[in-house]
Amino acid sequence: MTDLPIWVPAVPEMFVAVAGMALLLIGAFSRSDVAERIVTNLTLAAMLVALGFVLSVGGGTATAFGGMFVTDVFAIFMKVLVVLGALLAVLMSREFLAHEGIGRFEYPVLILFATLGMMVMISANNLMSVYLGLELQSLCLYVIAAFHRDSLRSSEAGLKYFVLGALSSGMLLYGISIVYGYTGNTGFAGLAESLAANGPAEIGLIVGLVFVIAGLAFKISAVPFHMWTPDVYEGAPTPVTAFFSVAPKIAAFALILRVMLDPFGPLIDEWRQVIVAIAIASMALGAYAAIAQTNIKRLMAYSSIGHVGYALMGLAAGTADGVRGVLIYFAIYLVMNIGAFACILSMRRHGDPVEGIDDLAGLSASNPRMALVLTAFMFSLAGIPWFAGFFGKLYVFMAAIDAGLYVLAIFGVLASVVAAYYYLRIVKIMYFDAAVEPLDRPTSRTLGFVMVVAALLVTTFIVYPAPLVNRAGEAARSLLAG
Amino acid sequence: MTGIGLGHYLTVAAILFTLGLFGIFVNRKNVIVILMSIELMLLAVNINLVAFSAHSNDVTGQIFAMFVLTVAAAEAAIGLAILVVYHRNRGSIEVEDINMMKG
Repeated sequence: MTDLPIWVPAVPEMFVAVAGMALLLIGAFSRSDVAERIVTNLTLAAMLVALGFVLSVGGGTATAFGGMFVTDVFAIFMKVLVVLGALLAVLMSREFLAHEGIGRFEYPVLILFATLGMMVMISANNLMSVYLGLELQSLCLYVIAAFHRDSLRSSEAGLKYFVLGALSSGMLLYGISIVYGYTGNTGFAGLAESLAANGPAEIGLIVGLVFVIAGLAFKISAVPFHMWTPDVYEGAPTPVTAFFSVAPKIAAFALILRVMLDPFGPLIDEWRQVIVAIAIASMALGAYAAIAQTNIKRLMAYSSIGHVGYALMGLAAGTADGVRGVLIYFAIYLVMNIGAFACILSMRRHGDPVEGIDDLAGLSASNPRMALVLTAFMFSLAGIPWFAGFFGKLYVFMAAIDAGLYVLAIFGVLASVVAAYYYLRIVKIMYFDAAVEPLDRPTSRTLGFVMVVAALLVTTFIVYPAPLVNRAGEAARSLLAG
Repeated sequence: MTGIGLGHYLTVAAILFTLGLFGIFVNRKNVIVILMSIELMLLAVNINLVAFSAHSNDVTGQIFAMFVLTVAAAEAAIGLAILVVYHRNRGSIEVEDINMMKG
């Protein structure tokens, strides 16, 4: 790649940045009654083009901007997931926002800028670009969480997310400053070199590393840094919750994978115990705390905490198989979570959205098709064989066992048995409880389409898993080789 | 060196950082204090970065500190904006009143 200009690997990001700024102008200068529709459509188009750029960058590992930025198969894999998640989130929000009367043209633009931040996070190759990408993403997400600005719950969600997010950024930065002090480097290549050369790590460096892990664990909402998740998921408008549960989580996980395995790879024996501990805590809390929930968005929050725990098993393994497991896990997680949220967005009674788990009672009689797809998603989230979610778990569990982490794998199996209880409870409520008053028939074609496609993917993954598994394997190898 | 070395700077930064951290968790009064605490944490990090940078004759840390300052300004702006929206809905910014959602 030496004969190309140095910014070529970053073309997708540059396109998204320019598109975001242009869309802001378009929104500001169009008539206010059409601005939202125009900007939303253009945002969707921009995301599709960005997806095209991401896919056309090419598979080789290349860096740009003096090693600040890297692109490889791993980055492309994760960026495709993130942009798809953002695209679906915008697509699913339109009718909801219009119905609530909170549709504004800033919303898709904020999601686009958040996506840009996530793409930078995924491609970060220097602690400085890590921080800038993370902040670009977080600042947009704080605003989106409080987007329903006349709702107390939404603004409270935004405020809580902001305070705890800023706290986590502070911890991450403090860790970064210590790591910089001990190694004299912020670039990943330089860090890896000096950490590998220095032999056993000094205690101060370990302190810095733990601060970095704590900051990143906040962003992926791993226990004990999960306390913002249920409140933010419950308070934010539902389409925003759908977005939060997939794209930022995938991007932050890509970041933690790259940071832990690339620059801090030589210190694996030091950080592995921390990752194992937070993985076990996340799986346990995700399984037990969700049991008592009555709000389905809150339940999905605990469910996502649990899923992060399972995915962390792949990171704890620290092998190419482990990374491959995590990548497969998140590809499947994206599909089943978006599908489940398409169902949640379709839950309305007398035209108003409802969020109680009990509101699903009798759904099998009033709307058998939606009950069936939601059952598929719940089975998949629970990890019941032949649904896709089972394979996601299978690959990370296998990687953990191969790496000798038996205790972790046993905890994972036990936690997923407990977690199956609350997923199956939703199925039981839909099929066996009598409805007080049935839900409205879903009217949105978009949501119906997303639901059906996601359900098909989740149920037929078993037939033809090779493309995803092979791509994930390539991506994992590219991460560990660089 | 005239007696004040790297260790002194790091100690000050660590104290400021801890004060900021406690300001967030122990404070029961006012959200504005939390915003100030966040700022304090970020400035502690800047002291760290600049001290390490000067100590190792490497300019990266100072550039990083510039970025942190810029982002901190943006962060404060967004935090205050969210706080205004919250105050409009709730009529209070007492930390104890932020309790709509629990569990």
